[in-house]
Amino acid sequence: MGLDRGEKIFNVFNVLFMLFFISIIVFPLINIVALSFNNGYDAMKGGIYLFPRKFTLVNYETILKDTTIYRAFGVTAAKTVIGVIGHLVITGAAAYALSKSYLLGRKIFIRMGIITMFFYGGMIPSFLVVKSLGLANNFWVYIIPVLFSFYDMVILMNFFRSLPESIEESAKIDGANVFQVFFKIIVPLSFPVLATIALFHGVYQWNDFFVAKLYVTDKALYPIQYYLYQLLTSAGAASSAKAGVYISKAFTTQSLQQATMIVTTLPIVLIYPFLQKYFISGMLVGGVKE
Amino acid sequence: MKSTFKHKFLSQWELQVMVWPSIILMIVFSFVPMFGLTIAFQDYSPLSGFAGSEFVGLDNFKAFLGDKDFYTVLTNTLGISLMKLLIGFPLEIVLAILINQIRLGLFKKFTQTVSYLPHFLSWVILGGMITSWLGSTGLLNSFLLSTHLISEPLSFLSNANAYWWIATLSDIWKEVGWGTILYLAAITGIDPSLYEAAKVDGAKILKRIWYVTLPGIKNIIVLMFLLRVGSILGANLDQTLVLQNSSNMLRSEVIDSYVYHLGLAQGDFSFATAVGIFSSVVSVTLLLVANFLTKKLSDSSIF
Repeated sequence: MGLDRGEKIFNVFNVLFMLFFISIIVFPLINIVALSFNNGYDAMKGGIYLFPRKFTLVNYETILKDTTIYRAFGVTAAKTVIGVIGHLVITGAAAYALSKSYLLGRKIFIRMGIITMFFYGGMIPSFLVVKSLGLANNFWVYIIPVLFSFYDMVILMNFFRSLPESIEESAKIDGANVFQVFFKIIVPLSFPVLATIALFHGVYQWNDFFVAKLYVTDKALYPIQYYLYQLLTSAGAASSAKAGVYISKAFTTQSLQQATMIVTTLPIVLIYPFLQKYFISGMLVGGVKE
Repeated sequence: MKSTFKHKFLSQWELQVMVWPSIILMIVFSFVPMFGLTIAFQDYSPLSGFAGSEFVGLDNFKAFLGDKDFYTVLTNTLGISLMKLLIGFPLEIVLAILINQIRLGLFKKFTQTVSYLPHFLSWVILGGMITSWLGSTGLLNSFLLSTHLISEPLSFLSNANAYWWIATLSDIWKEVGWGTILYLAAITGIDPSLYEAAKVDGAKILKRIWYVTLPGIKNIIVLMFLLRVGSILGANLDQTLVLQNSSNMLRSEVIDSYVYHLGLAQGDFSFATAVGIFSSVVSVTLLLVANFLTKKLSDSSIF
């Protein structure tokens, strides 16, 4: 069927609206990129929109000279990679075991999990538990408390249940044990949904600063987001109190912050288009996320 | 009987090995803190510990219910959440419907890619960006000055009265695109013949959206609405921590940040835990009431 006149008008307005919507998201982001390439003192005069006015690389050179940022990147990369693998193995293994209706204790486990979805110990009791386990100022504080998620487990379990039993049966006849079946058959078949959970957990690990704010005082363990958080929150006070401390005429606290924001965000922006198709299909499998 | 249990257990030992680490994690990080909630009824001191602290009954609850700061914080939490709900929630649905109407596949995909992107930025990054955009020489002031809408730069972030709007609009900017994914998925599931039939009956595009698309995604709308109502007292802590400053404190402190500041910055563990319990109880109650009402009105619900 062709388009009627009303539909054509609707489509024109729709496209115009979408262009407006896209620009509201994109232009402010480009503004930060432009500022990060601009001379900091010049930027303070205002009026910079989408292009740098006095182009410079000095902001990036300055922040990349600071070795603590590499350390923070390393911590973040480590906690993201280890966190994602650990989360998938622990949560995935539980999901596989619980996808078997004959598993002893299955009902009790699921009921316990549902309780945790409605009742939550809250920030303070959780804090006291994590502290008493000796996880404060310990790299594993980023990993261990979030190894298991009941929510992700349910998504994976529902997916595993939808896989045909016969493939597993034939592998078992060929002499494969449960672990071999899980890693060699189930995991490869579940790639989209595993990739989705991995992406969500990876983004959480990459973006989280609050765990560090709560538990970490050792600077060597700061993740990049907490490093940036400190740079942003302490800088407001520092720039007004100690204006003129910088000898350089090229950068300001603000221009350094802008460059750091770009450097911190770049890995996610680069990796995200490649993962987009997985999280969309994975969200459909899982139903509701968040 | 016992031997069959043992026999069964041993025959599935691999599966048991796979599930036990998760059970232990759940007990340690979910159930132990639930028992830790009893410190709300104590005058907890880290020195005397959980067992040695004095039991004070409901004193902590009485203390915050009699405290006027608490009502400021409660008002802020409700105000910001309601603004996010009233503006952000319908906007997601409208945006999903409009994105679905885009006919050019490539443009549609591009719009989606762009709209999901801000969701992946952390609140720390966004906090820094907002400070930059709203600064005295930032994007917004530059624009308003150059168009002569204002004659002097406005200081948005230190104006307490602007905070609710900044919190609401920044949250919408970050999450509105992401919020469309589930609606888009639901729209895809609508039977195309319903649209054809409506078209044959002479329904114009807006009528088709109103009578076919919206009823087709009604269940997911109700579900998302209920989840939002249930989390109305949980205004985003990360957002508050990055946007808050001493001059907007009066309008920016919400329950979660209040609990954080009292409990972890000032060490008043028992008082903060009591506030946390209050917030959870209200949230669960709200969820149940909203669920009951939607069940009455529209026969779709979570439970």
